[in-house]
Amino acid sequence: MAEVAFEGVSKVYADGTRAVSEMALEVRDGEFVVLVGPSGCGKTTALRMVAGLEEISEGRLRIGERVVNHVPSRDRDIAMVFQSYALYPHLTVYDNIAFGLKLKKVAKDEIERRVERASRVLDLGGLLDRKPRALSGGQRQRVAMGRAIVREPQAFLMDEPLSNLDAKLRVQMRAEISRLQDDLGVTTLYVTHDQVEAMTMGDRVAVMRKGELQQVAPPQELYDRPVNLFVGGFIGSPAMNLLTARLEREGGWRAVLGDGVALTLDDEMVAARPGIAAYAGREVVLGIRPEDLEDAALADGAPEDRRLRGELRLRESLGSEVMAHVAVTARAAETGVERELGEHAGLNAIGGDGSGTAVLVGRLSPRTQAREGEQLELVVDTRALHIFDPQSGLGIYDANAGGAGT
Amino acid sequence: MAARIGAATRRAPLQILLAVVALLWLVPTIGLFLTSLMPPDLISAEGWWKIFSQPSLATFDNYRAVFDDQDLMTALWTTVQIAVGNTVLLVLVSAMAGYAFAWLPFPGRDPLFVVVIALLVVPLQTALIPIFSLYQTTGLFDTVLGLVLFHTAFGLPFGIFLMRNFFIGIPKDLLESARIDGASELTIFFRLVLPLGLPAIASLAIFQFLWTWNDLLVALTFGRETQPITVAVFTQLRQFGGNIELIAPASFISLAIPLAVFFAFQRYFAQGLLAGSVK
Ligand SMILES: Nc1ncnc2c1ncn2[C@@H]1O[C@H](COP(=O)(O)OP(=O)(O)OP(=O)(O)O)[C@@H](O)[C@H]1O
Ligand SMILES: [Mg+2]
Repeated sequence: MAEVAFEGVSKVYADGTRAVSEMALEVRDGEFVVLVGPSGCGKTTALRMVAGLEEISEGRLRIGERVVNHVPSRDRDIAMVFQSYALYPHLTVYDNIAFGLKLKKVAKDEIERRVERASRVLDLGGLLDRKPRALSGGQRQRVAMGRAIVREPQAFLMDEPLSNLDAKLRVQMRAEISRLQDDLGVTTLYVTHDQVEAMTMGDRVAVMRKGELQQVAPPQELYDRPVNLFVGGFIGSPAMNLLTARLEREGGWRAVLGDGVALTLDDEMVAARPGIAAYAGREVVLGIRPEDLEDAALADGAPEDRRLRGELRLRESLGSEVMAHVAVTARAAETGVERELGEHAGLNAIGGDGSGTAVLVGRLSPRTQAREGEQLELVVDTRALHIFDPQSGLGIYDANAGGAGT
Repeated sequence: MAARIGAATRRAPLQILLAVVALLWLVPTIGLFLTSLMPPDLISAEGWWKIFSQPSLATFDNYRAVFDDQDLMTALWTTVQIAVGNTVLLVLVSAMAGYAFAWLPFPGRDPLFVVVIALLVVPLQTALIPIFSLYQTTGLFDTVLGLVLFHTAFGLPFGIFLMRNFFIGIPKDLLESARIDGASELTIFFRLVLPLGLPAIASLAIFQFLWTWNDLLVALTFGRETQPITVAVFTQLRQFGGNIELIAPASFISLAIPLAVFFAFQRYFAQGLLAGSVK
């Protein structure tokens, strides 16, 4: 096992497409790193460069001590699980799993031992004599996993290995892969565009946008301290509400959203963001996560200065929670990032109707009595607000640059 | 139940028609076979349908005579060598070239492939004279090898075209997966591409085998002593117009062998070998 390190790696395709730019990322020995980002951001390209299936245009790629830029795939000692599984259709499950070992001239009884163990771990016992066409999707997925683990490689590479499974199986395999990776302790780079997979599986998550790495951090940190608007909007579902606000300092801090509408900022939150001092009297982008909104009727004693009022436009009841689309007096932020993120699945459009109102999405308790068309008062958990610079899009955290590095 | 019988009776006229057409189609072959079973003196006097009224006439004596005829047996063996030799060579070269054209990037690949396709339109007859002189100077004239090479060369454009188009349909992930698993290009070719290409390979092999087994023109041009069965039968026909008792069974044998080969290979045609590999 070994670490996998991108050192300023770029990929420019023959047609000039710059799919990956100056990527710097180190997947530590035994670590599980998830590469996530919207479609077309270069995740697959990055993974394929590690696999040796795509030439590296610039920079160095290291596996362990070895720079592998010019090492062919077969000598890189890595295993890859494809989105399509890529099982050899003319071979039985046993031969599929044993294929790589036979090529490496591993002794026959050793092959048998490893395949047997893998089939036990992956619950493939009775299927070893079958051809792939006689397997279900989930079983094929497990065979593909088995083929990777028997190799005992330096690193696992997985490209959306669960995206062809139905929702239930996906949840199950998600847990299985995590457990397996834990047990084996193999360095793993996992590509997905599903942020639930990213958050639940990764030791660290790397967010990509248009070929550029935005932030690499443990899931919770990514959620709590997104480095910029893009990461803030991308992580979390439904996505963070982004509003334009003016910060004012009169003793405490306030964010003014519109005529007579303001939120008092939490002192501790402000204290944790010394960089905010430079923004007194200036406009910022305020990020409010849907889960930090609640129906005021259910939150007794919440201070008056942390509330927003508006008409409930749409109520989506999911059983365990209610998604409330509320039109409040405020301006939706127009940073360009929303549109980019809007193409990402599962994102609620943050929109206004141009008359000084913005529609916020709140994730309310199912006990809420609010009905569509009625006025609804929301309580904002101001401890969890996010503040971004409207020009650079960077999160405002530290004193100097108004950005946060991770 | 009643409905099914109704459907069957409605289809019956069509089936009868098809059976009649098939039978008509088979008449020459059946005629040839029955002729080959008749005693020589009767063949010229009676039609082969005589056997229907007098089944006792049928004997395999003519076949025995053919198997005892050294010239014909040599010719048959020559045909086997030519047909099998050039088919194997063609399939191997076409498959390798097809794989390269489909999956290995090399400079000038696409223009070169267009040239190969363009060669499809060159009629074989135009090459007879030039190759004839070439063979005379190189000593390939009147050899089995010469015939094998000629047939292979003219089979290649179609062979490469067929193989390349089949191989391009193999999912890229499969080849890449094998590469990551540690396979070299040669391993990929023999362990993955050839087994997966079996339907296309079987088709190409059968067509080439039938075509070269039945070839007369090329063999006549490039052979003198080296005679395949077609030329041998043809020669019999010229020498003694009358010895139909040799020609008929020899022709029938010459026809039966490719037929057997066809049925042996046809099960590979329609197999969906790629099922289950991806998705
Ligand atoms: N062979 C290629 N030639 C030219 N451009 C390519 C090639 N392969 C990918 N690209 C481009 O590179 C960019 C990144 O592609 P990539 O497949 O890495 O995206 P991705 O993040 O994996 O997306 P998805 O989530 O949809 O799989 C895209 O803009 C794509 O169009
Ligand atoms: Mg991809």
